[in-house]
Order: sequence, then structure tokens, then C-alpha cells
Amino acid sequence: MGIFPEIPVAEWITAATEGIQEALKPIFTFLREDFGDFIEVFAEDWLMNVPIWLFILIVAVLAFFASGKKFGLVAFTVIGLWFVANQGLWEELMNTFTLVIFASLISVIIGVPFGIWMAKSKAVENILTPVLDFMQTMPAFVYLIPAVAFFGIGMVPGVFASVIFATPPTVRFTNLGIRQVSGELVEAADSFGTTGAQKLFKVQLPMAKKTIMAGINQTVMLALSMVVIASMIGAKGLGQSVITALQRAQVGPGFVAGFGIVILAIIIDRFTQNLNTQRGDNP
Amino acid sequence: MPVIDVKDLSKIFGKNAKKATKYLDEGLSKEEILKKTGNTVGVNRATFSVEEGEIFVIMGLSGSGKSTLVRLVNRLIEPTEGSVMIDGQDLAKMDNKSLREVRRKKLSMVFQRFALFPHRTILENAEFGLEIQNIDKEERRKKAQESLEMVGLGDYIHQFPGQLSGGMQQRVGLARALANDPEVLLMDEAFSALDPLIRKEMQDELLELQESMKKTILFITHDLDEALRIGDRIALMKDGKIVQIGTPEEILINPANDYVEKFVEDVDRSKVLTAEHIMKRPETVDIEKHGPRAALERMRKEGLSSIYVTDAKRNLKGYVTADDVSEAVKNEEDNLKNILRTDIVEVSEDTSMHEIFNVIHDATVPVAVTEDGRLKGIIVRGAVIAALSGSEVSLNGDLS
Ligand SMILES: Nc1ncnc2c1ncn2[C@@H]1O[C@H](COP(=O)(O)OP(=O)(O)OP(=O)(O)O)[C@@H](O)[C@H]1O
Ligand SMILES: [Mg+2]
Repeated sequence: MGIFPEIPVAEWITAATEGIQEALKPIFTFLREDFGDFIEVFAEDWLMNVPIWLFILIVAVLAFFASGKKFGLVAFTVIGLWFVANQGLWEELMNTFTLVIFASLISVIIGVPFGIWMAKSKAVENILTPVLDFMQTMPAFVYLIPAVAFFGIGMVPGVFASVIFATPPTVRFTNLGIRQVSGELVEAADSFGTTGAQKLFKVQLPMAKKTIMAGINQTVMLALSMVVIASMIGAKGLGQSVITALQRAQVGPGFVAGFGIVILAIIIDRFTQNLNTQRGDNP
Repeated sequence: MPVIDVKDLSKIFGKNAKKATKYLDEGLSKEEILKKTGNTVGVNRATFSVEEGEIFVIMGLSGSGKSTLVRLVNRLIEPTEGSVMIDGQDLAKMDNKSLREVRRKKLSMVFQRFALFPHRTILENAEFGLEIQNIDKEERRKKAQESLEMVGLGDYIHQFPGQLSGGMQQRVGLARALANDPEVLLMDEAFSALDPLIRKEMQDELLELQESMKKTILFITHDLDEALRIGDRIALMKDGKIVQIGTPEEILINPANDYVEKFVEDVDRSKVLTAEHIMKRPETVDIEKHGPRAALERMRKEGLSSIYVTDAKRNLKGYVTADDVSEAVKNEEDNLKNILRTDIVEVSEDTSMHEIFNVIHDATVPVAVTEDGRLKGIIVRGAVIAALSGSEVSLNGDLS
């Protein structure tokens, strides 16, 4: 120890975080206040104002079409959602749903372009791969700390931490999907004189769609798995009910809230999977 | 001006490819270069040109560099050395934009394994080339539909590629290339994935289409039969090098070296050789000038049992046999007219060996090769057998 003084890595990271915080203050303030307000309006003024029966009906109809006009998913959706409402967890469900939606949307909006960039350049792939590994293996709790530093407590830091945790699969699968498009098809596109953008939008992305959707499905699931963790920094929703139950050692209410998360997970998973069909697939 | 003009074109794969070109100058083989430098010679100083409306076939064994060569012609890969001129424009000197224009307007490629876009319908596949030129939907659909009808797929336009058979998919590939109405078609083993029957059908179809389209076609194949069927000229490749260029007949009859000869050996000669190749110069007598005595004298000298009779302009009149002629000499006749026989088997110069083989059985005298009634040559049974077995191909003047 004596020869090598401790390297002040922790201090550096703290300093860097503070630097970022200072430098991007206007953006962080905007996100915390305006974006935070918007999330709140979305959850409390819109979603929660829809009558429960109407909400269930709409989701059931969507489930009917998403699952190719079968009734299994419809039945599960109706029973599951009704159960959550019956347990008095409807508002929590709506908050969780909001968190997942925003975190997933942002992850996809960031993740797909990065995936494309990665697919188009070997150098970018070499740089991003270890970064993605790092993002996914770092314990999710750690992200809560800069999230709080940047955004205080509430929904916004929850979304922020979820985005960091949930984005990698979308990036990876987008990259993979595009690279998987056979070389001969890319050549075929080239041989007809496509521009880079035409090749991307008319051949590579449509053909990678299935793989990209699988990545998005994982992203949504990861975002959902952040719900409980994010509730530790004040994100409202089912996660909070779990934490409360934990603190009070109430097994029953803890599990009921857990069921709510599972039900939401299954519904979202089936929805995103069923959207995952590609033109020209053989049935 | 040739449509495609390729000069000293080389492609060497791997790092420091330029360095390896000096070994090409020294005449090292592909293997030696691979051993020395780790670079693979794809194409080695290829030079050829394709004229407008010509079907130019490039053939060679697997790995001989055919695909590499065709991909150099539309610059899907960059050459290490040499030039490709399309309509007099140097492809290597073009920026991306003009290269795209050339690919859009002048060159279309048909791929070995079809390379259809599985997420697009047949119609959407066929219109792809026009779609990326931003031609409006109605017009490009119309053109795509037309070219699909041309290849006989008008009824399948809303299917997906996965729903069609291999032969049908190949036609879609062809229709997709044709929809652009390019000057040049590049076809990389376009028919190799098809089974023999469909393949032959596609070859016929291509030839038929070519009658009306008059495209310039660069056709790649590893099958000599296919090359001989459809090629106006054929280039043979070995280890990246072009070892011979010629018409199908030149290749067959005068193989440039052992390699070409090996290739040619397996060909079913009966399909490519015609009467012209195996006929010999006939001994004849002139019906006006020669009487039985002269005929008998000639037959004795040549050791013939019969001889063809023509007029002064070599119009075929018939033949006489040795027996009849001696009889006529005894009877002091001075004319061949009375003993002239006319049960002749006649073929023309381009009659295939197959047909000749079938008719020569019935012939008592050598088969006559005629054109507009004039005798051009005769075919003896031995020559047919020899040609079919491939042991000896006799040229026009060799035997007489
Ligand atoms: N991308 C590449 N990188 C390195 N070597 C290559 C590459 N493409 C082709 N080659 C080599 O170049 C040579 C010619 O290959 P090419 O594909 O042109 O042959 P081919 O005549 O088309 O064969 P086939 O009939 O099997 O299609 C081969 O030795 C091959 O290994
Ligand atoms: Mg090939």
C-alpha cells in the first residue's frame, strides 16, 4: 500500500459528475421540471382519468388484434387488469406503466440510431461493445446515484436510470440485425445503385426488423425490471408498494404488488412479441 | 466501341495487395503468391471486350475468379489494377454519384442465389431498381409488371419470394434486372442453382428474350454445355487468368491448352459439332464432261465403290456405283445418265451430329452435305463415330 498511494478514482468520478451537472444544468433543469411535469400529467391527468372499465376494454381490443384475433391474450389481459384494480393498485399500475413507456421509448429512440451507427462502422462497434457490456453488468442500483445527483428524486431520475440500464439490448440487436442481412442482398441493393439511406431504409432495416423487435422486447422487460429499484428514489408505482411492504415486513401486500408487476410484464411482453412479424415470412 | 472494355484488370485480396502485383509480373502462380504473401489472386490481368448485343460467357471452375471478375465490372469490389470502361467511361474514375447513375441506368445484375428481398412482394422486388430512381409509383409498377409478364410470372405479383419455386425466383431476379431496361446484363451463374430441366428452359427463354431485347450480356457459368449453348463468345478462366477467348467452335476445335482441352473433353460433342466439322471434300465426276470410262478410272484410282455426280456448277445430280459403271463400259455407253441413282441422304452444313448419326445408318453411300442443291462435302460413317467418341475431330481440309 505504502508504495502505491490509493488512486482517487472515486473522487474523479464524483468530480466528473459534478462537472457534468454544472455544465448541463439548463438541460437537467428542463428535464427535471418540464419533462417531469409532462410525465405527471400523462400518468395522473390522462391515464388515471380514463375509467378503468374503458381502459381494460381498449387494451383487450388491442390484444385481440395484436395476437392475431385469438382470445387467450384477451382473456389474460381482462382478468389480470381487473385483478390489479380489485386489489386497489390501479393508480400504482398507471404510474409504473408510464415509467416503462417513457423509459422504453427513450431507449429505443436512442438505441436504434446507435445500433445503426455500430452496424455501419467497425470502429464504432469496437468502441461501443465494451461500453454496452459495462452498462449492462454494472449493478443497476449504481445508476440511481448520478440520477439523483442530476434530477433529484421522483419519476425523472427513475426514467433516466431505467434508460441507461435498458438501452443496450436495442443497440446490440439493431447492430446484429443489420449485420445479419446477407451480403448478397446488400450487394444486390448496391448493384441497383442505392444510396446509403435507401439501402438502410429499404433493405437493411426492414430485414432486421425481427431482430430489432426482439431487442426492443428485451429493453422493455429490462425497463420494467427497474421499476422496483427506481422506486427507491421516489418513482411512484407498484415498485413503491413493494418497497413499503418490505420496510413493514408485510408479506401479503408485497406479493400482491409483485403480482401486479408480473401481470404488466406478461401483457407487455406478449404485445411486443406479437407485433414482431415480418412481411414475407413463411407461416 | 465495345460496351464493356476490360483491360489488364486484376484483383488481389488481402493486405498489401499492390505489392503482390509484382509477383504477377514475374509470372508466379496463384499458389506461390498465396504462400509468399498470404494474398489471394482473384483476377489476374484479365483483358476482354464485349460488343453491343453480344452474349459473352465467362466460364471456369469453382474459384477461378468468375464472380470476382463480374463484381469488378460493376465495381461492387475495387480493382487492384487495370481498368473497366463502360461505354467508354472509366468506372474507376467515377465518383459515387456517377457510379450510382451507371448502375441505375446501364448495368443490372442477376445473382446466383437470386438475392431477392424476402420482405418485398414479387412486384415490389421487380420494381426495386426503378423505385430507387424515384420513378413514380404508377409508372414503375407498370414497367415491373411488364417485365414480370415477359418472364411468365404475371400471375404471381403479390406473392412473396418464399412462396415461389427456385426456377420462379430466378425469373424474378431476371425480371428485376430487366425492369430497369439496362444496356448490360451481368449474370453471375444465374442458372446454376436450377435443376437441369428448368435450367435448359431458362437458357432457351434467355435466348428467346435476347432475340427481341438485344442486350449486351456478360454471362458467368461453370458449365461448358451452358456456355456453348448461349455464348456468342466464351472466355475460359483459370486461377484468375483468362486462358482463351473464342467462339464456341473455336474453343472446341482448337483448345488453347491442356486446361481448356480437359474442359472440352467432357462435352457432349454431338450437340455442338455439325456436319460442317466432319465432312470431307468429295470426289465427283461431271455429268456433262465425264462418261463411264472416266468415272471408272477415277474410282479405281481413289479406291471408291461409288462416286457422286454433279454438273459443272457442282449441283448434285446423283451417284453411280462401280458395278453399274463397269456394266456401262462393257455396253459401250458414253453417258452416265442411264445408270444415275438418286436415293441420297442429304443434310445441310449445320445439321447436328445427333441427326447425322440417326440418318447415316440408312445410307448406302456417304451422306451428302448440300446447300441449295450444291454439293459441299460428304460424310462417311467412320468420321461420325470418331467425332462422337471425341478421339479425332477432322477439320475441313484435313481428309480428302
Ligand atoms: N472477399 C474475398 N476475400 C478473399 N478472397 C476472396 C474473396 N472473394 C473471393 N476470393 C478468392 O478469389 C478467388 C476467386 O473467387 P471467385 O468467387 O471469384 O470464384 P468463382 O470463379 O466465382 O467460383 P465459384 O464458381 O465457386 O463461384 C478464390 O480463390 C477465392 O478464395
Ligand atoms: Mg462465383
